Amino acid sequence: MSDAKATPGPTQGAMIELQAVHKWYGDFHVLRDINLQVQKGEKVVVCGPSGSGKSTMIRCVNRLEEHQQGRIVVAGIELNADMKNIEAIRREVGMVFQQFNLFPHLTVLQNLTLAPIWVRKLPKKEAEETARYYLERVRIPDQADKYPGQLSGGQQQRVAIARSLCMKPEIMLFDEPTSALAPEMIKEVLDVMIGLAEDGMTMVCVTHEMGFARTVADMMVFMDRGEVIERAPPKDFFANPKNERTRTFLSQILTH
Amino acid sequence: MADIAQDIPVVRQAPPPRSTRALGWLRVHLFSSVFNSILTLLAVGLLAAAVPPLVRWALIDAIWSAPNGQACHAGGACWAFIGEKMRFILFGRYPADQEWRPIAVVAIFIAMIAAACVRPLWGRRLAVVWFAGLSAAFLLMAGGLPGLRPVETGLWSGLPLTLILAVIAMLFGFPLGVLLALGRRSRLPAVRGICVGYIELVRGVPLITVLFMASLMLPLFLPAGVTIDKVLRAQVAFILFAAAYLAEVVRGGLQAIPKGQIEAADALGLSYLQRTRLIVLPQALAMVIPPLVNTFIGMFKDTSLVLIVSLFDLLGATEFALTDSNWQGFAVEADVFIAAIYWSFCFFMSRYSQLLEREFNRGKQR
Amino acid sequence: MASDEAALTLAPARPAPWRDPKLRAIAYQIVFVAAVVGAVGFLVHNMLGNISRQNIATGFGFLRKEAAFGIGESLIPYSPADTYGRAFLVGLSNTLYVAALGIVLATILGTVMGLARLSGNWLVAKLAQIYVETFRNIPLLLQLFFWWGLLNTAAPAPRQAWQVLPDVFVSNRGIAYPVPVASPAYKWMALAVVVALALLVPLRRWAAARQAATGRQFPRGWAGLGIVLGLPLIVFVAFGAPFALSVPSLHGFNFSGGSAVSPEFAALLLGLVIYSGTFIAEIVRAGILAVSWGQSEAAMALGLKSGQRMRLVVLPQALRVIVPPLTSQYLSLTKNSSLAVAIGFPDLVSIANTTMNQTGQAIEGIAMIMAVYLFISLSISLAMNLYNRAVALVER
Repeated sequence: MSDAKATPGPTQGAMIELQAVHKWYGDFHVLRDINLQVQKGEKVVVCGPSGSGKSTMIRCVNRLEEHQQGRIVVAGIELNADMKNIEAIRREVGMVFQQFNLFPHLTVLQNLTLAPIWVRKLPKKEAEETARYYLERVRIPDQADKYPGQLSGGQQQRVAIARSLCMKPEIMLFDEPTSALAPEMIKEVLDVMIGLAEDGMTMVCVTHEMGFARTVADMMVFMDRGEVIERAPPKDFFANPKNERTRTFLSQILTH
Repeated sequence: MADIAQDIPVVRQAPPPRSTRALGWLRVHLFSSVFNSILTLLAVGLLAAAVPPLVRWALIDAIWSAPNGQACHAGGACWAFIGEKMRFILFGRYPADQEWRPIAVVAIFIAMIAAACVRPLWGRRLAVVWFAGLSAAFLLMAGGLPGLRPVETGLWSGLPLTLILAVIAMLFGFPLGVLLALGRRSRLPAVRGICVGYIELVRGVPLITVLFMASLMLPLFLPAGVTIDKVLRAQVAFILFAAAYLAEVVRGGLQAIPKGQIEAADALGLSYLQRTRLIVLPQALAMVIPPLVNTFIGMFKDTSLVLIVSLFDLLGATEFALTDSNWQGFAVEADVFIAAIYWSFCFFMSRYSQLLEREFNRGKQR
Repeated sequence: MASDEAALTLAPARPAPWRDPKLRAIAYQIVFVAAVVGAVGFLVHNMLGNISRQNIATGFGFLRKEAAFGIGESLIPYSPADTYGRAFLVGLSNTLYVAALGIVLATILGTVMGLARLSGNWLVAKLAQIYVETFRNIPLLLQLFFWWGLLNTAAPAPRQAWQVLPDVFVSNRGIAYPVPVASPAYKWMALAVVVALALLVPLRRWAAARQAATGRQFPRGWAGLGIVLGLPLIVFVAFGAPFALSVPSLHGFNFSGGSAVSPEFAALLLGLVIYSGTFIAEIVRAGILAVSWGQSEAAMALGLKSGQRMRLVVLPQALRVIVPPLTSQYLSLTKNSSLAVAIGFPDLVSIANTTMNQTGQAIEGIAMIMAVYLFISLSISLAMNLYNRAVALVER
């Protein structure tokens, strides 16, 4: 850990720093020269058409995908092939998936305490107290002993958020958290995310929920064909997009 | 909704009258078309030709007691032979005065298998019960405690031997199979290659060659002066054989785990071992319980092959019983008798596995 | 920032070697391979020591020595004066013969029984179910003993042989049945069948092209059947319809005329077919059930007739489900044919077993059996994979 901390990010205070990141799937260039900085407490919303590489980008942040060129520094830790650094980063970064990915063979409470017990090595009792606290926070304290299969999609996604929070992460990544949800359940998940934002969590969200973006985001990032096309505070981004592709995308997504 | 329905007067209309129940059933199920009617008549003809002679042979003309084989040839089945040889068929060459021991062992095994079928018992308690049961069974068979005469494995035979070979093959083959399956799914090419090679080699050759190998070649593989007992050799062959088949069953479960589960475990920071033990295996193994039961049924039937390397399992003891010069020519009766024993075990277990499968599928649909 | 520019284009920095997953992977593999090689080496070392200590002969030289044992039945000429190598070939040909015949018959029996279990006819479905559940829950070896016992000890001597079908006799000498007397016409008829089958390909293509161009359909099935049956029939008539049956009849203590199979062969084939048939029946049934009812409903809603529905919609999908498990059934039938050794049919394993007993060279004998079965297994899987791919393509 000490030698990892010895190479701090170039910009002090940045929680996530991507510099000239490239990635290929075979010959297909999925990420081209991505540069992105997320400061502590900053909320970044990433949008773009499907296949634009936005999911791949945030999956590179906690090494679910490997970048082939460039530099990624997360919470002051350089992300390279060093297993210790990867482990350290994954402890600091929570992730919420489109398909929830709750563990179906474990109860809600066990889902929440699994990583704190095995990764953070907390005593079971302490892990459970934390878990109940976060279940309260996501407003489903009474579902602790149910299995994921017994919950609605919205409840499952809130459990998934709580599961990440139980690791007390510095950063939360959201990969289209509401795309797999029925319309009436989207709000309950977004409300939890807004609450989280109000508490000052550093967040990177890939989402098409533009209402959410307007209220929460400090910075909007628009990606297309593996490139960051435009970045701007939401006010400017929505009122006055500079790039033609951004305009087209926004007109398509906002008209219906 | 319900209230509205009550308010509107409904003219109740009865369905058109059906033909009498039995006739209707016959028409629908047996004579729905010309082709079906022909099939039905053929089937009835077949039954009429086969069933009466069978009944006559098995029951009406059968002889239930006879002093020796000569007195037992009368056109019908000679069940007296079974009565005469029952003890030998079931327990083989195990010392006759110690007969209660194999009986107790069979009872223990049946109780353990039954316990394993009760789902609320699944878990640590079942493991304890099985460990205790197996230890007790082994002590009973082998003896050596005060009051229990030692009995060498060469005398273990009949149904207890069949049960021991099948159950131990599964118990020891299973962890090996899980490791092989994980190895086959490994990212490391050398590990994957060796595991694939082992699995395909063992699954590509008949069980009988594995048995030959164990009985003829295993002694050659051991350092000079080390000998290995015949039953143990066969047991090793079954374990190695079962491991390869179980590996493929487990692999099926591993492949069915959605990729998201592994990603979620990675994102939480679990290591490969933690991920495998806490997330992947519990789900994968639960999914493959029905095919595991089927593999066990297969192993149970396959233990009959030990007769080829001169062990006296249920089938081996029966074939030996048939060599008695006083009782010649009752192979069919003897085979029918032990077929009934094998069948009851296998049929019960396969029904159980179908039941589990249905329950699991229902769980999935929810 | 500018000073970093140069570093940015570089690949990410490499970590310390013991924390680099790639190096670790290599290390794990080296350890694993070393452990396996070490274990195998230990066993081989012991084996070599034991071989030299016990003066066991090694090498495949014995294959050229005289076998000096008789073989009951053989597809190729063989006498005890022949070599062990030739005896092996006899065993191999017997294994392949019984396996091939078994695969064909078991497929027919299994398909019929699988369809019967799905039949709307209650009696037929129940009988098929009883067949499946009875025979698949009894060990194959026991079934082989049963059929062999039935044929060998329970069946009467040829004089009192059971006549199960006209001119088909079952006795303790085996099953005797009539065959047509050989005639040159038959060779040409066989050729005609091959030619007819070959003609089906252009016919299908022509019919498909015509349908694509004009929309007119051609009764491919009936026309194909007509060609396959008709062409040999023309040859048959052209040769003056030479048809004479050689019927088995009792001469002294055995049958002469016709053809006969030994009780061992009959028991083995019967056992293999009946046992494997139960599994194939279940595979066929599951395959057809796997095609959801919605597919049939959609086909009906489009107005396809029941034959078209089966051929165009249900079967292509069912086959994709059926073929992989069917392959493994064929493989296990082939492997199960090795149980012949228990009832004395001279298959590969049985002859290898005799050879090993006579020469004491167990290692070579087992290695040869394993090589042969591995080769058969891999060939069948390869053939089935090719077929599977073809089916998958047809579906798309």
